[in-house]
Amino acid sequence: MVHWTDKERSTVRAVWEKLDIDQIGPEALARVLIVYPWTERYFGGFGDMFTATAVLNNSKVAAQGKVVLKALDRAVKNMDNIKGTYAALSRMHYEKLNVDPDNFRLLADCITITVACKLKGDLSPQTQATWQKFLSVVVEAMGSQYS
Amino acid sequence: MSLSGRDKTIVKSFWDKIGSRSADIGAEALGRMLRVFPQTKTYFAHWSDLGPDSPQVRKHGSVIMAAVGEAIGKIDDLTGALSSLSELHAFKLRVDPANFRILAHNLIVVIASYFPADFTPEAHVSFDKFLMRLAFALSERYR
Repeated sequence: MVHWTDKERSTVRAVWEKLDIDQIGPEALARVLIVYPWTERYFGGFGDMFTATAVLNNSKVAAQGKVVLKALDRAVKNMDNIKGTYAALSRMHYEKLNVDPDNFRLLADCITITVACKLKGDLSPQTQATWQKFLSVVVEAMGSQYS
Repeated sequence: MSLSGRDKTIVKSFWDKIGSRSADIGAEALGRMLRVFPQTKTYFAHWSDLGPDSPQVRKHGSVIMAAVGEAIGKIDDLTGALSSLSELHAFKLRVDPANFRILAHNLIVVIASYFPADFTPEAHVSFDKFLMRLAFALSERYR
């Protein structure tokens, strides 16, 4: 079980409260698709993603980005059982969506970079360390049901 | 994943934008790497101070960025440009090349936080590709 100090809990909550899911979600997912274009394999029905502009203007990408960040909210609200919270989602990504779990790490990195653009200096090294710990737990939970 | 002409143009112009802030960016990225990914501290056990204001961290951060700047100047031959640094990292420092990716991530986080409006997804992909090529060139002499 992951141990969180009170400071770490409040840091994660504080970062989360500063984020607009409807803005951060679409941007983070767009960055994943643009920076790591092989990830497009998982979004076959999304239409035109051939250029960065197309990805950024793609309404299905934006909608999916919001879905992903809304799911991250569940981890923020259940920090003591992130693995349990994501068990079913992990299984779905493995068995139904066939997603290589390395992609969860890529998405986590792009979320952090999007957050850095938004928070700038407010993402202090201390805050980044706690945020990274949180996302690492999320990434591990999302890969936990792969067998 | 070779660098297109467009990637090189984007990286060079971003570097010009970074200008004199490169030393600060390097120092901050190195400090963040040591703080956020503590396994990287194992390579710097000989430093007395690994905190963000450590003069050793600041100095080394600017050394790293000077090398990045030099590499950008020789972007058409990164392998050649980094040959002796690659030998240093391979045979003397023996740094696991997986860590180059970790430093690259922190460089990107710092650059994004300093230039949020300019670090668009298009700039992000070109910079990420460049740093991966840099890491590859740095690991060229390993085996």
